[in-house]
Amino acid sequence: MTGQADQAPNPEHDAYLFKGQAFHSECQWVVTFEEHRPEAERLFSDRRLVVLPQEFDYLSEGDVIRFVPDRKAVRVLFRKDANANYFLVTERCNHLCLMCSQPPKDVDDRWLAREILDVLPLLPATTPFLGITGGEPTLVGEDFFDILASARDHLPNTPIHILSNGRTFKDKAFAERYQAIGHRRLSVGIPIYSADPEVHDYVVQSKGAFDETIRGIMNLKSVGAEVEIRVVVHKQTYEGLADLSDFIFRNLTFVDHVTFMGLEITGYTRANMDKLWMDPYDYRAELRAAVQYLAAARINVSVYNHQLCLLDGSIHRFAKRSISDWKNEYVGECATCSRKSECGGFFSSSNLARSSHISAFH
Amino acid sequence: MDDTYQLAYFRFSQLDDERYVLTNQAGEYLVLPRAVLASFVKHELPSTHPVYSRLRSRQFLFDASSNIGKELLALKVRTKAKRLENFTSLHIMVVSLRCEHSCPYCQVSRQSEDRSAFDMSEETAEQALALIFQSPSPAIKIEFQGGEPLLNFPLIQHVVHRAEAINKVAGRSLQFVITTNLAVVTDEILEFCREHSVLISTSLDGPATLHNANRPRPGKNSYELAVAGIHKARLALGHERVSALMTTTKASLSLVREIIDEYVRLDFPGIFLRPLSPYGFAVKTKSYAAYDVDRWLDFYFEGLNYILELNRNGVPFKEFYAATILTKMLTPFEPGYVDLMSPAGIGISAVVYNYDASVYASDEARMLAEMGDKTFLLGNVHENTYAEIFGSDALLDPIEQSFAGSAPMCAECAYEPFCGSDPVFHTATQGDFVGLKTRSGFCNRNMSIFKRLIDLMDRDVTARELFLSWAN
Repeated sequence: MTGQADQAPNPEHDAYLFKGQAFHSECQWVVTFEEHRPEAERLFSDRRLVVLPQEFDYLSEGDVIRFVPDRKAVRVLFRKDANANYFLVTERCNHLCLMCSQPPKDVDDRWLAREILDVLPLLPATTPFLGITGGEPTLVGEDFFDILASARDHLPNTPIHILSNGRTFKDKAFAERYQAIGHRRLSVGIPIYSADPEVHDYVVQSKGAFDETIRGIMNLKSVGAEVEIRVVVHKQTYEGLADLSDFIFRNLTFVDHVTFMGLEITGYTRANMDKLWMDPYDYRAELRAAVQYLAAARINVSVYNHQLCLLDGSIHRFAKRSISDWKNEYVGECATCSRKSECGGFFSSSNLARSSHISAFH
Repeated sequence: MDDTYQLAYFRFSQLDDERYVLTNQAGEYLVLPRAVLASFVKHELPSTHPVYSRLRSRQFLFDASSNIGKELLALKVRTKAKRLENFTSLHIMVVSLRCEHSCPYCQVSRQSEDRSAFDMSEETAEQALALIFQSPSPAIKIEFQGGEPLLNFPLIQHVVHRAEAINKVAGRSLQFVITTNLAVVTDEILEFCREHSVLISTSLDGPATLHNANRPRPGKNSYELAVAGIHKARLALGHERVSALMTTTKASLSLVREIIDEYVRLDFPGIFLRPLSPYGFAVKTKSYAAYDVDRWLDFYFEGLNYILELNRNGVPFKEFYAATILTKMLTPFEPGYVDLMSPAGIGISAVVYNYDASVYASDEARMLAEMGDKTFLLGNVHENTYAEIFGSDALLDPIEQSFAGSAPMCAECAYEPFCGSDPVFHTATQGDFVGLKTRSGFCNRNMSIFKRLIDLMDRDVTARELFLSWAN
């Protein structure tokens, strides 16, 4: 959607976003919201007008929506001003992680990949970041490579980060083909939850997952791909963090980044709260030791999704503001906190379970 | 009885009455109580035992839950052995034996004005360079030694210019070091070093009284000249391009804190607390191994504790020998320290081109030769080809025989992955390449250090965290 007079629209696929401002458009399509309906109907009587419910009024120039007239269905596919845009490639997955935030569905959803292929050419070349997620995005096979090739052609400077369980890369040829796409800023984030194969396999609810994931990481690194290891910290994983960081350093020294994530109370996590939830304050010692170990080993390490007041002070410098802007919130205690601007805050889902140690910095 | 796991190849040794150290083939270790080790080797350790998972993730055992362990272990062993394919990277050129110091612990230097007798000639240097660039190593470090190498500075200039010219085609990562007491350094010399990125390695034995007693020279001002030289060289080359090395003498043994303080005061990032040298009269007295090593160990451990104390008070400082061992213990990397590698680093990691055109397997090998034992004389740069020198029995026999992976008492030692083999030392002290380890000062010293480092880390997690920063 385009809203500015000085930006030449592409009449073929751009829609003019009308929010009551001065008239200008060569576009055949005009998008507006309920509050501007009367004015829009008067001004654009010769155009194809889409009037969206008021709840969509956050949309702005550069965003991409899909509108299906017959079904009156609207989907927001891309928001230019969001700090992170993720494309869901498929809802299918070969894991059933205890804490999955996007529970998989075994359905034929190949249309999702097609839609991404439609959207990618519409995105601004200046897009600062793009995520590819699922489900397990590698399961879509050819479409996976087509999406990456399109990203390479249309967004050559945009960092593309794929969230995958890495198992498909156990096939060396798949890893080679992935690397051969040749996007310069392609990386893949792969979870390992424990150095103990049985614990990892339990967390992801799939026997044999550990071996395939490790082999996938080895293959990816042997072809020169960029790999991040992601560790979600919860009741099943916190005790093994020291052994896991040791395992990563001794066996997977060559990975590019290790990130420790907080639990997001959504999806399967809600059903498995008794197995997963613990106050992050209670694992701060284990997290500190793991982070400092990896940092001393000169491995690039970060902590995501954690409130600063719950982390040991010595690892604050590894904490990143990572929660997507549409997910993060703050609580009353945060109002007076002097470090609020550095802190990731909470997932909006966190009201279901929250640390009892939130305290403002002064 | 849980017979569902397979024992991997591993070694174990006693740490003390209660505890054993286990090492896998990649040098990862675990400390276990004797009873746990016993039930583990008898296939009686239940998979629910907390140690079971740690044994599995460190590839001490394999079971049905995973089959990736062997691949990971193979990758790690390969990584550690990777340096071998590069062959010799450190090339020591003794450009002059002359020295204006007369240190009693030095076996090689001469007080002489006779350049023709004790300086390396241009022709010899040319031949040495031709050999150096036949090494397949992608990194070549040429270290100028003496005597006092600056007394033959024109030859250093010549070699640097020639090596740079050769390297335009050879394309190696080329580095130069001058090992000097800095007493005769000049602004012109430092300017040359700056232009050609030459590193300086100097000698500093500790505080002024100790240093000057250890290192006599006319004017009795070795310390003052060294310190002034360090400041001047840092100014010219950059702080981190000047390093210092100490030699331990009997007089040093009661002064470890003072020695360390001196290094801290002069803003060095660490110190290498070197063992007493066996190359001198000490070696000929049978008491050397037991008596001197034990006294040295007291000195070393006092120094190590003192440095940890400094670290805890916020002073970043390392003991470099421990740091080398800790790299082997705590990281997947092989530090490539010549005196602590197996196969031995002689010749294949470092080699010496002496002033008189003879080629020795190591710096200690030429000292041994000065004492009359030319076992490790590999050839002559004018008379022998690269293949003759580096394929000589004089080099290959000691490397093969002393290989710790098969040497008696080393092969089954849990500390072998951290250790090395030193056929020159054992030739000097016991008359053969391997030596009897129960009488070996090398073995006693290193085993004591390995045990101490593991014990410190096992008892105190904060020590382990400090040591990890030393190792990386």
